[in-house]
Amino acid sequence: MIVAERKPIQEILSMISGLRKILILGCKGCVTVCSAGSEREVMILATIIRMGRKKKDEPIELVERTLVRQCDPEFIDQLSDSIGQFDAVLSMACGVGVNFLADRYPKTIALPAVNTKFYGVAEEQGVWSERCAGCGDCILNLTGGLCPVARCSKGLFNGPCGGSVNGKCEINPDINCVWQLIYDRLKGLNQLDKLDEILPVKDWGVSSHGGPRKIVREDLKI
Amino acid sequence: MSDTFKPEIIAFCCHYTIYNFARDLQGLTKSGFPENVKIEKVSCSGRVARVHLLRTLEEGADGVYVVGCEEEKCHNGAGSRRAKKRSEYVKDVLLQLGMEPERTEMFFMPRGDEAKFIDIAREMVEKIKALGPSPLRGK
Repeated sequence: MIVAERKPIQEILSMISGLRKILILGCKGCVTVCSAGSEREVMILATIIRMGRKKKDEPIELVERTLVRQCDPEFIDQLSDSIGQFDAVLSMACGVGVNFLADRYPKTIALPAVNTKFYGVAEEQGVWSERCAGCGDCILNLTGGLCPVARCSKGLFNGPCGGSVNGKCEINPDINCVWQLIYDRLKGLNQLDKLDEILPVKDWGVSSHGGPRKIVREDLKI
Repeated sequence: MSDTFKPEIIAFCCHYTIYNFARDLQGLTKSGFPENVKIEKVSCSGRVARVHLLRTLEEGADGVYVVGCEEEKCHNGAGSRRAKKRSEYVKDVLLQLGMEPERTEMFFMPRGDEAKFIDIAREMVEKIKALGPSPLRGK
């Protein structure tokens, strides 16, 4: 899932300073799963904002709504009848949702209430960590299913750097060295021979270095 | 702070913690429970969500607290520990809003300990009196 985290309260209050009627818009997709922008988080943020504005004697009218997803036209277009009444929409979706709001409603101010962090997993309740960098050319078949692009601090492709100590990363000892994990896993799978293959220089053109990416599936288009 | 300030305080209380005396609120008051603390009984302190605490403060309460089972003896396992985490979340929100985090607290209490329950309420009243009225009161 895409993992996000709510922005600091003062940053949000500063962003909406002077605005009087705002739609706080949650999303039932990834940000609900990672508890950043669910219906419940919308309720909490709305309460916090009202408290902050009351304290400054600057009341605000807030409408709370949560869409199934903010990244699909059939859901984001559900706002078309009502969006004109708001000074701004404060989206609790990931950055994708905010962008799509801005794309679909050129006359509406679209503001982000969360920082979008990474594609990751829930390690346990309340703990998320990164697993995929969306680099556009997956090599997990060669690395035991563990990604050196997302999980090596240096993004190395052919084994660990010299700084791996006891399976930990020299950048941050809380991080497991993914190349140690890859080696251990391939050894356990009797696939150490996969490490004999030297991975060529990665084509970052299919990653974000090549500009905004797009997929077109003619078989699905109507 | 003026002695005339009578804080409005809401106490979310776990049913199991106060089961033996909660039905007799008049008796509780006679035993010294402050009249300005309103009890909201819940099935488990873990049922108290962050938004319940926040909305209570938003609506102008001067203080809000939760009373739940002892940390390792929660009737429902982890309810009171969850409540503690939520109280800490609300404290952080108050801090970020420039309000006193002491306006919310979590208390763990042995089941049925009426004297301790009264002490907690009095402690909260004194603490909030020292802080003064909530800046959201009447707004």
